[in-house]
Amino acid sequence: MREIAYYEAKLEALREILAADERVHLITDTTTGFLGLSPQRTRFREIAERYPERVISPPISELASCGLGIGAAMAGLRPVVDVVTASFIFEAWPQVVNEAANAFYMSGGQTRAPVVFHVLHGLRGGGAAQHSHSPQAMLWNAPGLEIVLPSSPRDVKGLLKTAVSTDNPTVFLDHGLLFDVRGPVPENDERIPFGQADIKRKGKDVTVIATSYMVQRSLTVADRLASEGIDVEVVDPRTLVPLDFATLLASVEKTRRVVIVDECRQSCGVAAELAARIAEAGFDKLKAPVRRVTTLDVPVPFSRPLEDFISPSEARITEAIRAALR
Amino acid sequence: MLPTLNREQLMDLCRRMFRIRHFEEKLILLHTEGRFSGHYHVYIGQEATGVPALSCLGPDDYLFTTHRNHGHLLARGADPARLLAEILGRRDGYNKGKGGTFHTNVSALGFFHTSAVVAGIIPLAGGAAYAAKAKKSGQITVCLFGDGALEEGAAPESFNIASLWKLPVLYLCENNGKYGRGRAVGAVRSSTMAAYPLTDLPAAYKIPAQQVDGVDAGAVHGAVSEAVKKIRQGEGPQFIEAQTVRWPGSESNWPVVPVPTDVSLAWDSSAVPEAVKEWYRESDPVLTFVRELVEGKVATREEIGQVEEKVREEIARAVEFALASPYPELETALRDVFA
Ligand SMILES: Cc1ncc(C[n+]2csc(CCOP(=O)(O)OP(=O)(O)O)c2C)c(N)n1
Ligand SMILES: [Mg+2]
Repeated sequence: MREIAYYEAKLEALREILAADERVHLITDTTTGFLGLSPQRTRFREIAERYPERVISPPISELASCGLGIGAAMAGLRPVVDVVTASFIFEAWPQVVNEAANAFYMSGGQTRAPVVFHVLHGLRGGGAAQHSHSPQAMLWNAPGLEIVLPSSPRDVKGLLKTAVSTDNPTVFLDHGLLFDVRGPVPENDERIPFGQADIKRKGKDVTVIATSYMVQRSLTVADRLASEGIDVEVVDPRTLVPLDFATLLASVEKTRRVVIVDECRQSCGVAAELAARIAEAGFDKLKAPVRRVTTLDVPVPFSRPLEDFISPSEARITEAIRAALR
Repeated sequence: MLPTLNREQLMDLCRRMFRIRHFEEKLILLHTEGRFSGHYHVYIGQEATGVPALSCLGPDDYLFTTHRNHGHLLARGADPARLLAEILGRRDGYNKGKGGTFHTNVSALGFFHTSAVVAGIIPLAGGAAYAAKAKKSGQITVCLFGDGALEEGAAPESFNIASLWKLPVLYLCENNGKYGRGRAVGAVRSSTMAAYPLTDLPAAYKIPAQQVDGVDAGAVHGAVSEAVKKIRQGEGPQFIEAQTVRWPGSESNWPVVPVPTDVSLAWDSSAVPEAVKEWYRESDPVLTFVRELVEGKVATREEIGQVEEKVREEIARAVEFALASPYPELETALRDVFA
């Protein structure tokens, strides 16, 4: 299979989605769309120019843009609203968590809102407190939203295609530090179903459940530990809602040790929820306590050494794996 | 036009404008050298707005600013060395390295909170003004933000409350989009605001609103001192839109210095690259102010050159100080979460 860069796979998905479905509209900065401040951002422009009627730049109005996406979805379109930095989705919180998430349920199943909100989450290096959020756990507290966290070129393409095709509001949490990752991507119209975890690396000694960029970081750690004879299995849920818990649990039952790595805060984060479910369903299988590697429970400091200190770093992942094996 | 101030005051404005310009140019250099990471915004091109505007305030007044804050802090008298240390994430920075360029803050100078969320401070400014009014302290609040902030719902909601409750707040909107990228050439028009001119928005909430040339220090000083007077008299909120022409070095997402500023450029632009000559000739607020000082016989070219030289030395010392300041102890990352 050919190998391409993550950002190329993402752009390819957008191109194919626009070509295949006239209902898809992209609400995004037409000069940088979906790639934030990355050096590759200019590559989006060609797509915007090709579809001037369906790719449109909003003013700095996250609440109105997200709300517009929801309303347009109710009325038959398939809008993708690019909020850029995940921290800015808080500006749109009332529309996302209180309108989109509730619409289908409180209408008794009458109203569908198949909108996609796209954000770039996580620590990006110097983003400080207001540009570094990972809101996936907060969003998980709003039942009704599908939550997607791609981690590889193949996944970003296949999951983005599924995101615009499901009938539910979906939050697509991408990570700018993934853009340069290269990997195999099939040339066909692959759609990766939601609720299907992926074993990114097979191993027998310990399970690492990781999301988004933390999958790549965990794979790096796993490769390094392999030289010491530690065989790590890396499992990527890919979507939190719906969640393929069976695959996660099967891996934990096999290795009987688990470390969970995610960029949310420790308290009430994604790792906290997964740890609770594993404890409920697989407590008797565990040979060691569940370990979590997350962003520490503080706002994000600007200074780089401090940011690294509070982040789920390779060092902390390594340390947690060793602790789980003790 | 020169502000109606005495010589000493005018030379002080000149010094502060140079301080901002040379600070920011040095900062851009430090970024290209990889001395700090992340996105950042400089105040070049807006010096003649921030400096005269903030000179109209009292020492106890409150201020709020945004991602484009360096110039506001320097205009208000912040120490360039500690400011730079903050932007480089060092221990001696004003925020102990926790804030960085987005959030530099000096509470001793009246700044409460520097938010990089566009429009994040507009509601807060109303709150500080409400408190000052409740305490009958006579303090006013100045809320500094860009033209883009008006696109957020936080702006009109806050204008409504400030107007209804006659809050002592000055909204100083710095429209740096004149002739800029994405804007209609030749028009002072934001491509993304249906309310045009921008003053239409506050005016809809019955907030007295005016436009002023942000490159003209005298015009800014006149408008702001008048507005401040009215606010202190209890007339409620005021809105000023200061228009500047975007500095060509800020056209892309990462600033670049097309030509290092030197007072000599005020009279001889031969060193300026052709593509950006027009800006340095027509729209550079620092060079414009310097020319006015000489034409108005406030100072000679040599005297202004000496001011600039002193500022250069001061900035060089600031760089030395900031680079010598260590990174904070790692454990400090866990402190300051709660008061
Ligand atoms: C809520 C929010 N949305 C988007 C951004 C990204 N952003 C940073 S600066 C900026 C432009 C702001 O324009 P303006 O208010 O005119 O300020 P300027 O940078 O021109 O001084 C944007 C959109 C942000 N920081 N916050
Ligand atoms: Mg602006």
